[in-house]
Amino acid sequence: MSTSEPMIQRELQKRFTEVTPPLTNQEAFQESQRCLYCYDAPCIQACPTGIDIPTFIKKIASGNMKGSAKTIMTANPVGASCARVCPTEELCEGACVLNHSTKPILIGNLQRYATDWAIKNDQVLFKEGQPNGKSVAIVGGGPAGLSAARELALLGYSVTVYEAEKQAGGLDTYGIVSFRLPKAISLWEVEQIENLGVTIKTGVKVGVDIPFHELLATNDRVILAIGMANVPDLQIAGENAEGVYDAIELVKMTKDAPFPTHLKDKKVVVIGAGNTAIDGATCSVRLGAENVKILYRRSEQEMTAYDSEYEFAKQDGVEFRWLTQPVEIVTNKSGQVTGMKCVKMKLSEPAEDGRRRTEPIPNSEFLIECDAVVKAIGQKRHLSFIEELGIAHNDGVILINPDTMETSNPKIYACGDVIFGKGQGEAMVVSAAQQGKTAAYHMHESLKETYSA
Amino acid sequence: MGERGIMMADLRTNLAGITSPNPFWLASAPPTNSGYQVQRAFEAGWGGAVWKTLGDPILNVSSRYAAVHFNGQRVAGFNNIELITDRPLEVNLKEIYETKKKFPNHAVVASLMVEPNQEAWHEIVKKTEAAGVDGLELNFGCPHGMAERGMGSASGQVPELVEKQTYWAKEAAETPVIVKLTPNITDITATAEAAVRGGADAVSMINTINSLAGVDIDTWRPIPHVGGKGAHGGYCGPAVKPIALNMVSECARNSRINVPISGMGGVSNWQNAIEFMLMGASNVQICTAAMHHGFRIVEDLIDGLSTYLDERGILSVQDIIGKSVPTFSDWGNLDLNYKVVARINNDVCINCNKCHIACEDTSHQCIDMLKDPKGHAILQVREEDCVGCNLCSIVCPVDGAIDMVELKSDLPPMTWNERQSLITSLKDYKVTK
Repeated sequence: MSTSEPMIQRELQKRFTEVTPPLTNQEAFQESQRCLYCYDAPCIQACPTGIDIPTFIKKIASGNMKGSAKTIMTANPVGASCARVCPTEELCEGACVLNHSTKPILIGNLQRYATDWAIKNDQVLFKEGQPNGKSVAIVGGGPAGLSAARELALLGYSVTVYEAEKQAGGLDTYGIVSFRLPKAISLWEVEQIENLGVTIKTGVKVGVDIPFHELLATNDRVILAIGMANVPDLQIAGENAEGVYDAIELVKMTKDAPFPTHLKDKKVVVIGAGNTAIDGATCSVRLGAENVKILYRRSEQEMTAYDSEYEFAKQDGVEFRWLTQPVEIVTNKSGQVTGMKCVKMKLSEPAEDGRRRTEPIPNSEFLIECDAVVKAIGQKRHLSFIEELGIAHNDGVILINPDTMETSNPKIYACGDVIFGKGQGEAMVVSAAQQGKTAAYHMHESLKETYSA
Repeated sequence: MGERGIMMADLRTNLAGITSPNPFWLASAPPTNSGYQVQRAFEAGWGGAVWKTLGDPILNVSSRYAAVHFNGQRVAGFNNIELITDRPLEVNLKEIYETKKKFPNHAVVASLMVEPNQEAWHEIVKKTEAAGVDGLELNFGCPHGMAERGMGSASGQVPELVEKQTYWAKEAAETPVIVKLTPNITDITATAEAAVRGGADAVSMINTINSLAGVDIDTWRPIPHVGGKGAHGGYCGPAVKPIALNMVSECARNSRINVPISGMGGVSNWQNAIEFMLMGASNVQICTAAMHHGFRIVEDLIDGLSTYLDERGILSVQDIIGKSVPTFSDWGNLDLNYKVVARINNDVCINCNKCHIACEDTSHQCIDMLKDPKGHAILQVREEDCVGCNLCSIVCPVDGAIDMVELKSDLPPMTWNERQSLITSLKDYKVTK
């Protein structure tokens, strides 16, 4: 059967559109009426950015859509993205008091409904503050950096964001599959922030295109929100073979048309069992892979992907091979992947982080045939860059005062994934957004006495 | 529209000289029982408050409220048998003084109720004004308890008593006097006119409606009951809004009631408030919605109202007051030749057939259950038989499935009144011939 390229692209476009349909007006209205409008509501406590959830829902019920969107975006500058990517069952919806009587309110979907309305109706929700004569450079235009930029712009700072990629938004723009979070949503949030007079310099890599010390010298404060880097090596033989991909790179390739077609009819194995592994696997399914398996050296209990993501992958037909440790990527003569050699593992005593250790079962080696390997075993740090900054860090995790986001250099703040790890911080987009806000407020506090306006 | 779409309309209002930062006042009721409560309300953003009615201290009973829940929505209607303040007058006056001092720009109005006696009115008016209130609201409305003692709605149902007592209050008053009217009367304009004749600076309406919230079918006792016995209470909340809105509108279009109106009765959100103001209310008073959700509801009231005004480029909320009054008239002035019909959008319709059965059994038998060429069930209106009653679109559970469409009439507009006067003139013509 011959299928033309435009037809394939159209089909792929369909497969990569958002899987969760938006609430209809009637659904949103009825659901909003169901909200009890609790006082001192547990959903607010459970939201890392503290969105006044009952208020934004009450505003949907009263027909005050602009007020609803504003309530959300005031607390969370990336609230439209978070409406789609937050693990709501572990946060707001998990805390909803109706879990104890009927069913929790669909808070994420209502948040999406309200922010979608603002996007569609081209609403201006905020206005920049009176200039206070102070300037801040933000390295990294992901959720944490954007959130800090928005709050600082409202407070009257002159803010410049330096973004290495072609577009700002970070993980929300490039790192989350389109069928969960379309790029346009993240770019709308970027645009909202640019409308406040924030300068976003894209395609500029600090440390390469502009030295960091220059930012430090020409600004009152600098915020590091550089996130993390690519997936590290598996450190097994065959790593450089044709057909080995980085899950983050793979997701990024599918955020815009034209969609890649290199995985069509391929057998794919994904290494790792976090949310990025799920994204890599479900992306592969949608790109036409014949079979997709997730290989994980521990068991179902230890996997870090959210339950909802796990469920989603299973619905997509992704297979899971637990207690399976890849040991060698097998290639043919021309250097193309043909299989993954694995060993079976067994669980033993729990490690320091509470997750059980694994150890190989002797003589259990076996081969899984495959044409492509997608690596999703975490992310590297921008270690060499961080080392040059002369601030305290632990293996590339920048150390901060968690109350203020201040680093060991009082002129430098850090937030987002760059401070996540070694028991510090949280990996969620919504936590990054809150950290950005915290950095902005404390920086403002520290500069208050010196600013002119 | 203001700079890049961000603008804030002026929400300040003025009711007969009583100004407040916004049109949202708490009505005289349990939420305004004390200085603590009123101050909390002002901190939350309320523009004014009418203090719970002052008078000779009374005794209250225990078990006071009941609500009517409707199909899973709580508090569609609310019923109470609580009386006026049960706190000593001096305590209330001291707290009024302190509250006004703390919130000089907010409206603090005292609700008053005494027996129909000139001296009693003079005395309470003077005492209350000495505490620094911005105005007075005479409670001629409470239908329960106090009415049995000749006060509240008992005096509010007699136009002469309304006029006389308003006059007495006005004799002593230096601040504006608002007369709060009872809806437990055939024609509220009769008592509103009496209040105006007595010198009222404004009228407010409605107070609560005589009600019995329910009967417990297991115990056979009334709801609520006090040790097994009940008495009628006053009904309010969302369910009474249409009654209140009509009474406000009737007064607003009556040229003899030429004083401002403070509207209340079931106002629960900013949209309701706009409806009352469009129909002539200069501000609104709210109680049940606050009792259901707390004072914080005022944030959306203010936010929703200002966004509504901003979106329309209306600079001040006062510019909407009474704008719909000219559209509200007598039945005899409605155009007999105006015609709407129902149209069913079968692509949206979910085939519950509720429109068909409503029309077939209870209206004009003009919705047919048919099959389309593919054999799918569809519903279709025979437009020539449709009278445009709206019933089908009212029972339809899906947005956009039934549109009421205006049809062009071949005939010029003609009202009943015009028709009757035309017939009369034709008769005259015959006679002269």
